[in-house]
Amino acid sequence: MPDTSIPDTGIQDPAYNYAYLDEQTKRMIRRAILKAVAVPGYQVPFGGREMPLPYGWGTGGIQVTAAIVGQADTLKVIDQGADDTTNAVSIRRFFARVADVATTTATQDATIIQTRHRVPETPLREGQILVFQVPIPEPLRMLEPRETETRTLHALSEYGVMQVSLYESIARHGRIAKTYNYPVLVNGRYIMSPSPIPKFDNPKLDRSPALQLYGAGREKRIYAVPPYTPVKSLDFDDHPFEIETWSECCELCGSRESFLDEMIVDDQGKRLFVCSDTDYCEGRR
Amino acid sequence: MNGASETPLLSARSVTKRFGGRIACRDVSFDLWPGEVLGIVGESGSGKTTLLNCLAGRLAPDEGSVAYESAAAGSVDVHRLSEARRRLLARTEWGFVNQDAREGLRMGVSAGANIGERLMAVGARHYGNIRGAAADWLSRVEIEADRLDDRPIDFSGGMRQRLQIARNLVSNPRLVFMDEPTGGLDVSVQARILDLLRGLVEGLHLSAVLVTHDLGVARLLTHRLMVMQGGAVVEEGLTDQVLDDPQHAYTQMLVASILPV
Amino acid sequence: MHSTQPALRVSGLTKSFVVHAHGDLALPVLRDVALAVSPGECLALVGPSGAGKSTLLRALYGNYRADAGSIRVRQDDRWTELVGAEPRTVLDVRHRTMGFVSQFLRVIPRVAAVDLVAEPLVRRGVDAAEARQRAEFLLGMLGIPARLWALPPATFSGGEQQRVNIARSLIVDYPVLLLDEPTASLDAANRDGVVELICQRRNAGAAIVGIFHDAAVRDAVATRIHEVVPPPIASGVPHAH
Repeated sequence: MPDTSIPDTGIQDPAYNYAYLDEQTKRMIRRAILKAVAVPGYQVPFGGREMPLPYGWGTGGIQVTAAIVGQADTLKVIDQGADDTTNAVSIRRFFARVADVATTTATQDATIIQTRHRVPETPLREGQILVFQVPIPEPLRMLEPRETETRTLHALSEYGVMQVSLYESIARHGRIAKTYNYPVLVNGRYIMSPSPIPKFDNPKLDRSPALQLYGAGREKRIYAVPPYTPVKSLDFDDHPFEIETWSECCELCGSRESFLDEMIVDDQGKRLFVCSDTDYCEGRR
Repeated sequence: MNGASETPLLSARSVTKRFGGRIACRDVSFDLWPGEVLGIVGESGSGKTTLLNCLAGRLAPDEGSVAYESAAAGSVDVHRLSEARRRLLARTEWGFVNQDAREGLRMGVSAGANIGERLMAVGARHYGNIRGAAADWLSRVEIEADRLDDRPIDFSGGMRQRLQIARNLVSNPRLVFMDEPTGGLDVSVQARILDLLRGLVEGLHLSAVLVTHDLGVARLLTHRLMVMQGGAVVEEGLTDQVLDDPQHAYTQMLVASILPV
Repeated sequence: MHSTQPALRVSGLTKSFVVHAHGDLALPVLRDVALAVSPGECLALVGPSGAGKSTLLRALYGNYRADAGSIRVRQDDRWTELVGAEPRTVLDVRHRTMGFVSQFLRVIPRVAAVDLVAEPLVRRGVDAAEARQRAEFLLGMLGIPARLWALPPATFSGGEQQRVNIARSLIVDYPVLLLDEPTASLDAANRDGVVELICQRRNAGAAIVGIFHDAAVRDAVATRIHEVVPPPIASGVPHAH
């Protein structure tokens, strides 16, 4: 990363440090990131700062990106797969301003991709960093409300309660009904929440050549999956993990391999299915 | 049960626990042999529940030690074990039946999930098999099979208690701790659960430590009895002997206080 | 025919009851009791009411605690001492060697009569179905009608309960049997069935100690008499330490 301790004349607003956060904060976050990478899937607490947008809007992802971005980077920001939603646009503009960084909508041209709730369809390559925005980092939170207890469960690898929740889902619905935020076992050790991405995207995390960083601003946790790390979605031997399928294809590009959003286009309830990943869809047309 | 076993299953030596200046349980020592059911009786404040919690590794005694003869690793000092190993022991070789079934169950998940949890916790990954084992245990504790997917929040107190028993026994524990397992239940419900426990303890050759204030429960379920008063064991021996020929003044008073029916 | 070595040997057996509620009043009940019983013998304890016969019998079983002395039972070709023994030793002796027929049936809720009777066999590892068959046979022999077998005995008459009790205690062939007024609540017809059963066991080699208040029953089963005398009471009321 470039030396960001010297203020760059390219930044318009001298009242803010490079990438918005002061150097000590960036160092603190980088230390947390290093710890997270050293222990894949383990949630590292960090001293989250006040950011210029509220909790629930991506403050964790933004702090992670701010700590690692440099002027040589190219940043892509997507929200539910789209580059052009309000939030994606806001965050991209924010970094363009405070970090003087090049931005793009093309997945293959980005060095850092910050995302809310989706993994790009285009396969990632070595050297790319995927930064996830995470609302609730604790995968066991819904089963065990006490933080003291979940920390102990992770430490002792006592994950029976998670398997119980999957059992319960099959008992109630006939199959594992969780379709997003589907829990995974990282490097055979920690159970992790992959953030609310659709389970369709879970296989992309397994042994990805890219570095995955996860930031939760409200809960103040950072975790990571280094490149080429095994990430296995939890299941039962007789109810194996399966991704979603559609009988339709993308209305715009004809894709049958990507995650499709269902859109209602008129008052009569006409439905269309289109790729959720706008860059992928455009690239095919 | 025969007298041929060489080592006790559970050994307490001088177990003492204080809460501030108050001695809750004082200098308790005994050996529990495989297949024995030991009753600890006493009135409120006698220290029996404190003692049980010290024996089961839930409370650390201030003095003394508790040794358990584990299946795999020989004799272990219960309180010197790492938290991880103690919790593993509690899930596999031990059971703990709480007086309030809610403390020993997950109220928000189905009966089947409750029973299957211990199996899943040690690596069972076949839904059909887990469900089958849970259904089998449900019938052994006399809960109708069609309640397998119902949650204990919808069960009566007696059913919850039977579910808690099943949840504990599914892992084939060698030693079960019970804290007033029929406390607070209607008499007819009590009778049913006591009968169930009697059958299971004998059929599975379980060893158990049972805390109760009810001498009738002690008579029915235990082989040996320890009487506690003010934190100390004032009398111990064969259950029928302690109840029919009490030696200590307090025991005599307890036995004489039972209301005739 | 049978071994002449005793199956049960008692010496110096001493016991007092100390009632703490009455100012630690000590009531001596047994003093230096000695006896021996061999296989094939039936020793009848006789003496006035309150002399300590029942107490002696219960002390032999470990139900009452002896203050001093020795009670030894022949088991596994060895003598096992019961006075001061660990609970598991006494339980083992009760499980394999020594049976006790009390005067009253201790009723367990919900358990059917046939299951109550079969239980001691099941506990010894006998197949449940076979144990139940033998239980039914015994109950039949003692005149309990078949329609009662599946019912818990709580609602039976005293005589019926006692016969269930006897069946439960005698279903296992114990080498040593202790009988405390086994026919007390039975009418003449049922009494004979029990007497027959006791004699069968005696002739098969059991060593029996019993209290039989009915002289006819005693004459039918006993081979020897043992007089139980109450210990002398000193002039002042003795207190425990």
